[in-house]
Amino acid sequence: MDMETKLVVSPSPHIHSGDSIPKNMYGVLIALIPAFLVSLYVFRLDAVLITVFSVLFCVGFEYLITKFILKKEPTISDGSAILTGVLLAFNLPSNLPLWILAIGALAAIGIGKMSFGGLGNNIFNPALVGRIFLLISFPAQMTTWPVPAVAATDAVTSATVLANLKFNPDNLPSLTHMLLGIEGGSLGEISALALLLGLGYMLWKKIITWHIPTAILGTVAIFSGILYLINPIPLHHPLIHLFSGGLMLGAIFMATDYVTSPLTKKGMLIYGFFIGIITMCIRLWGAYPEGMSFAIVLMNGFTPLINYYTTPKRFGEVRKNG
Amino acid sequence: MLKTFRIGGIHPEANKLSAGKTIQSIEIPAEVSIPLAQHIGAPSQPVVKRGDKVKVGTLIGKSAGFVSANIHSSVSGTVKKIDKVVDISGYRRNAVIIGVEGDEWEDSIDRSETLIKECNLSQKEIIDKIASAGIVGMGGAMFPTHVKLMPPPGMKAEVLIINAVECEPYLTSDHQLMMEKTEEILVGTTILMKALNVSKAIIGIENNKKDAIDKFTQYATSYAGISIQPLKERYPQGGEKQLIDALIRRQVPSGELPISVGAVVQNVGTTFAVYEAVQKNKPLIERIVTITGKEVKNPCNVRSRIGISFQTLIDFAGGLPPTTGKIISGGPMMGKAVARTDIPVVKGISGILLIPLSEARRKAPRDCIRCAKCIHVCPMGLNPTLLMNLTEYTVWDRAEKNHITDCIECGSCRYTCPANRPLLDYIRLGKGKVMDIIKARKN
Amino acid sequence: MNAILIAVALLGTIGAASAAILYLVGQKFKVIEDPLIEQVEDILPGANCGGCGFPGCRGFASAVVRAETMDGLFCPVGGQETMDKIASLLGKTSPTTSKKIAVVRCNGTCEYRPQTSIYDGAPSCAIEAALYGGETDCFFGCLGLGDCVEACLFDAIHINPQTLLPEVNEDKCTACGACVKACPKDIIELRKQGPKSRRIFVSCVNEDKGAIARKACEVACIGCSKCVQVCAFDAITIKNNVAYIDDDKCRLCRKCVPVCPTNSIWELNFPPRKEKTSASPKEEIKKTV
Repeated sequence: MDMETKLVVSPSPHIHSGDSIPKNMYGVLIALIPAFLVSLYVFRLDAVLITVFSVLFCVGFEYLITKFILKKEPTISDGSAILTGVLLAFNLPSNLPLWILAIGALAAIGIGKMSFGGLGNNIFNPALVGRIFLLISFPAQMTTWPVPAVAATDAVTSATVLANLKFNPDNLPSLTHMLLGIEGGSLGEISALALLLGLGYMLWKKIITWHIPTAILGTVAIFSGILYLINPIPLHHPLIHLFSGGLMLGAIFMATDYVTSPLTKKGMLIYGFFIGIITMCIRLWGAYPEGMSFAIVLMNGFTPLINYYTTPKRFGEVRKNG
Repeated sequence: MLKTFRIGGIHPEANKLSAGKTIQSIEIPAEVSIPLAQHIGAPSQPVVKRGDKVKVGTLIGKSAGFVSANIHSSVSGTVKKIDKVVDISGYRRNAVIIGVEGDEWEDSIDRSETLIKECNLSQKEIIDKIASAGIVGMGGAMFPTHVKLMPPPGMKAEVLIINAVECEPYLTSDHQLMMEKTEEILVGTTILMKALNVSKAIIGIENNKKDAIDKFTQYATSYAGISIQPLKERYPQGGEKQLIDALIRRQVPSGELPISVGAVVQNVGTTFAVYEAVQKNKPLIERIVTITGKEVKNPCNVRSRIGISFQTLIDFAGGLPPTTGKIISGGPMMGKAVARTDIPVVKGISGILLIPLSEARRKAPRDCIRCAKCIHVCPMGLNPTLLMNLTEYTVWDRAEKNHITDCIECGSCRYTCPANRPLLDYIRLGKGKVMDIIKARKN
Repeated sequence: MNAILIAVALLGTIGAASAAILYLVGQKFKVIEDPLIEQVEDILPGANCGGCGFPGCRGFASAVVRAETMDGLFCPVGGQETMDKIASLLGKTSPTTSKKIAVVRCNGTCEYRPQTSIYDGAPSCAIEAALYGGETDCFFGCLGLGDCVEACLFDAIHINPQTLLPEVNEDKCTACGACVKACPKDIIELRKQGPKSRRIFVSCVNEDKGAIARKACEVACIGCSKCVQVCAFDAITIKNNVAYIDDDKCRLCRKCVPVCPTNSIWELNFPPRKEKTSASPKEEIKKTV
């Protein structure tokens, strides 16, 4: 045999599905396109500005941190920093000053992700770390929302549906508007329908499984449904809860983040259930009108524990069930 | 809805390049090396010495215990020496090297092609014949067949399952054998049923072999108790436990044998070898091998004597493509990569797969992103990423608690991993360590 | 002001109550143990390496305290000095054990042992060894992936990036034996350190016949037994085509070193040879490495 071409020897298996980290990350980005189009329609140029700069900041910070602080191969090509950038932007109001956005991106990438060792090692969802950092540091800027350009009113800013629900229940948009996204809110969270389209795409491409979104949305619907049966006020309306605020965005795109969510299907259901409960508790009885980010980050912290106590359903556990 | 197993599984591209190619015979080279360790268990003891004349079918290695198997000469000629040659294990191990002279067979072997349906032997006589013919599991595991036919005391087989799944991509040797030796396989099945004293046998065939399903369904009507079950294409359906689950909806509990749920599984190639051993007195001296690969000139199925080198077979299929990067004995999911081509064919080699250089190297692994895809595809319901970490950090007690020993090494986890992590490499290592620990504890 | 007082009082009470509970529980579950164990443990190096065969230093300490004699009990890390200290503490005598050191018995650098295949699996010697003989045609030699380096708790063994072979740092090696256990090829051996760290050993474990071994590696032991013939002390034996020097019998006369046709016998830390015997072939190899 020709000695020039040495044979490669490695343990089985010798073929690979071709799946890769970038493929999954870009898959999620594709699923976010409908929501982006809605925000483009609603917030016009501001949507583009915030999203583009958020991505640039996130990718830039990751590049600088890997290159100059960690002194490792830059990992930006895996697409995870882009995804963090887009998700962070989708969680922000469209009129946020860019310097605040930069601080948010630094918190997301620097604190949320790279300080733990980069993709795969972080405990909390980086985009949510960025958002919560901003929410606590700049409460005023983070909770004033520009009125959608398509909604013809004179006001310049408005409160979100949830804020109205809690503090001003007579001033609610119609359910159809909420479904389509003609309401005040963060960039990406406004249209439930667009987000559901993204969910459909990710399920079809097998990027995520149904467990987490279903558990969260189901818990919220049932929880508020029971309250609505007891006391039918708008604050208890299950559909309003499902279609408003960051619930859809969180349940579909934030809580399902691979790194920070549980591994087993059982664990995913438990995780989703508690996110739903915590969200509803904050929404109904907390100081903030919205509780999704806090709920997810809290449950991110419990993920290792859930992983430890839930095991996948093993072969042979059910005996002779012919 | 076609039947299949219930946990995990993947669907790799089939790439059955040699499908439908008639089985051809390989010319016998001037020399063969017949390894003495061709099965799980103790290597056989050589019973010939340098200078001895042997015929095709002469016993050259005697079974060295209950879990061991006889080895017969696959050629006629003179024993040149008993020496160490590199075999499928990747190490030098003992083999009988025979210089070939003519093609003279032992007189007891019936070489005719006539089908013999009648078998009046007793249960014990059948098992003895199978044992003396040196038959082992030909799907790749190479576990001595007679051992499987003798259930431990207190256990009773209820159903015989014939594994005609061939779920490994590329391989077609079983498929082609089924098309050419349909009735022989059905007679072999009847013999195995008799050996196990069961009245029911199921032949499981994946749905990508429709011609084989049709042919078997047609012929099986004249054999009592044998049914044909088409199965959905899914890997690793050929795994014993998965196949039992798919066919009779019973899951073999952790650490137990298939017989604990009343099933015995035999490979379709093994079944044919049983037919030849019992009805024709022919020991296991040859087998069907698929020689295939994307750049192979003539992907084909051949009948090769045991001990012929890989190189001879590759030459038969048009030679080694210059861009070959990896040579695999067996299929791409569970087959073993080899470093050279002078390795002899043994009883468990169902194929030789040549992978081009462009597909030979693995991609660099990245940190785990905890996507849990390995968990979703694991057919044993294990947590591969956890097991890999536990092995890397040598936490054997937790690895054992998380059932590392249940792993069937199917490779679905590594196949799926988007971060290209060497999951199975470590799990296999850890499984071995934990098994050693358990064994040491028992003693 | 009142609020502060209440807070201080409340926290103070909680603290005091907790302290009381802790103290009571501590008293109740107190384990009465031989105080000698504690003292012996203080003498031990505290590396918890397991080189003595016990799980950690405390395990060893309690074994030593309980044992009738100290035969068979030895802390390889602390060495004779530590064992003598323990012996005087316990009023026992410790048998003298000569200090050992890990020795790598493979000399097949990339230069002498050509690569014939490419291993592409996980970087672990144990995984590669389970798969096949290795990247060269020598199926006994070092795989160079550093399972021994991983196993060493004392940072005493490292892969030389030029030769891809492990090298032992004599000052740091404690002869705990972790690398010996970790090596799937059984290449590493614990040998007597010898006076002034002088050691002679066969740096090869290839059991193949001479011709096959030589073809795979230029510096393989071919089992020619020339060294056996020159040895005046019966220290060298050939088993499975490979020579082995018994360090109990070897008197470090160095006669075997120059006769080895493949330079596979190593001498370490000896002064240079006199002119007339010329430099040992080994020295030349070392220079080229």
